[in-house]
Amino acid sequence: MTTLLTWLVEPLQQEFMVRALLVSTLVSCVCGLLSCYMTLKGWALMGDAVSHAVMPGVVIAYALNLPFAVGAFVFGVGSVALIGYIKQMTRIKEDTVIGLVFTGFFALGLTLISKVRSSIDLSHILFGNVLGISSSDILQTVLISLLVLTVLVVLRKDLILFCFDPTHARSIGLHTGVLHYLLLSMLSLAAVAGLQTVGIILVVAMLVTPGATAYLLTDRFDRMVWLSILSAVLSSVAGIYWSYWMDASTAGCIVLVQTLLFLLCFLLAPRHGLLAQRRRSPRASRFPSA
Amino acid sequence: MPSGQPPLHGNERISVRHLCVDYHGVVAVHDASLHLDAGSICALVGMNGAGKSTLFKALMGFVRPSAGSIAINGLPLKEARRARAVAYVPQTESVDWNFPVNVQEVVMMGRYGSMNLLRIPRPLDREAVKEALDRVDLWPLRQRQIGALSGGQRKRAFLARALAQGASVMLLDEPFNGVDIRTEKLMIELFEQFRREGRTLMISTHDLAHVTSFCDQVVLINKTVLAYGETSSVFTSENLALTFGGLRLEATPAAATDPDRQAP
Repeated sequence: MTTLLTWLVEPLQQEFMVRALLVSTLVSCVCGLLSCYMTLKGWALMGDAVSHAVMPGVVIAYALNLPFAVGAFVFGVGSVALIGYIKQMTRIKEDTVIGLVFTGFFALGLTLISKVRSSIDLSHILFGNVLGISSSDILQTVLISLLVLTVLVVLRKDLILFCFDPTHARSIGLHTGVLHYLLLSMLSLAAVAGLQTVGIILVVAMLVTPGATAYLLTDRFDRMVWLSILSAVLSSVAGIYWSYWMDASTAGCIVLVQTLLFLLCFLLAPRHGLLAQRRRSPRASRFPSA
Repeated sequence: MPSGQPPLHGNERISVRHLCVDYHGVVAVHDASLHLDAGSICALVGMNGAGKSTLFKALMGFVRPSAGSIAINGLPLKEARRARAVAYVPQTESVDWNFPVNVQEVVMMGRYGSMNLLRIPRPLDREAVKEALDRVDLWPLRQRQIGALSGGQRKRAFLARALAQGASVMLLDEPFNGVDIRTEKLMIELFEQFRREGRTLMISTHDLAHVTSFCDQVVLINKTVLAYGETSSVFTSENLALTFGGLRLEATPAAATDPDRQAP
């Protein structure tokens, strides 16, 4: 018992650990909530694209001494708009357009970072640096998180309707175009916030895995949101502790815990888990497409 | 009244005048005109690509006509949409049935347009939803996840949403696709009730037997409205030949009935 207590309390004597835990809890709430929409809308690839595309924005913002969130937001929304534009103007399929746009932006970011003299550490952008997060970065993350949470909570019902049945949403006079880009803007902002914790490469896990995990556990949207947030927060906290004691990559640990939680639910979820399905119809589970 | 008698503006529900719609220069509908009165069930008949879904989109205000005008209940489209006068009942295939919403929540979505920004239901909205669910016999199943309903129940849930919306015009896209005979009968009974309440239903269908059995009006479309009006006078072999590009079909229920129609 005492060992467990020491194990839990000792890291809290370090200020950087407390800050890391608080920041990633907040970020997890935002990403957990947003990931429900991403899962239901099928926007995982879009999340990946946006999080990679913000890279040049972050580099330019640091070089010009602007808040990194501003640069990231401009490039995040810019990439989304560009994807939409190219898709509309050509016959190229959406996933192809997404693939080519985000790698282009990411390449621009890499090139910039190698040429622009600045104090930015590439590995911090790629893999996050939540243990060494600065006060100004914390402030930005808090502001972004509050903004995204407010928008998602206030427009909750409209966004659900937009994901479920956009045609009906439009026919009763909701502005689906506005909702579409609003959700993508929130995605850009959440990606920026998540970037602080796990970095560009793994932020898509924050934006997808908690929602997917929760989706296996319930058929109610409200419960899905709470379960998603819970799993996101739990993963972040457990991941940070784990990385502290193992001296391993924080981002890696956080996302690993998320993935383990998902696997657990994939196997054991009461109705949509593998075992439950097998119990219900032993033959159907052997042929999942049947 | 949430879902009682819809208000009447004259007797004309749908008025389309010289409508032209094109997509990037490709003509989808050209110079189409039609007028439908309150309290009618109208079949929309045409080949694939004849412009049926374009006409539906135009009636919902989703496409900008390149010429012509549309009025619903005597109001321009924008105002009609604000009054939530037009409800669209989608094809079953176009909905994600695994979505985590229950039946009651789906029907409540019909009310969103009139609620405040947070979409918190008022007692009035709850009543409208209950009334709508009662009418389609789904009140006992209101807590079910939408995908846990049978095919026929899903159709009724979306009809309930259109009812809760208080729509006076209902656009139904292939409502009988994949529906068994019993559900079909139930739905037709509901449609006839809606007609008695003064609503106007426009039903796109490939099943010509339906047209003569319960649709009092018919619109024949092939890039334009070829003919519209009373089924008895419009639904002739000559007009059908025009509609289906020279293919001669018998406009009798017996000949048009397809026994394989209920295949899943």
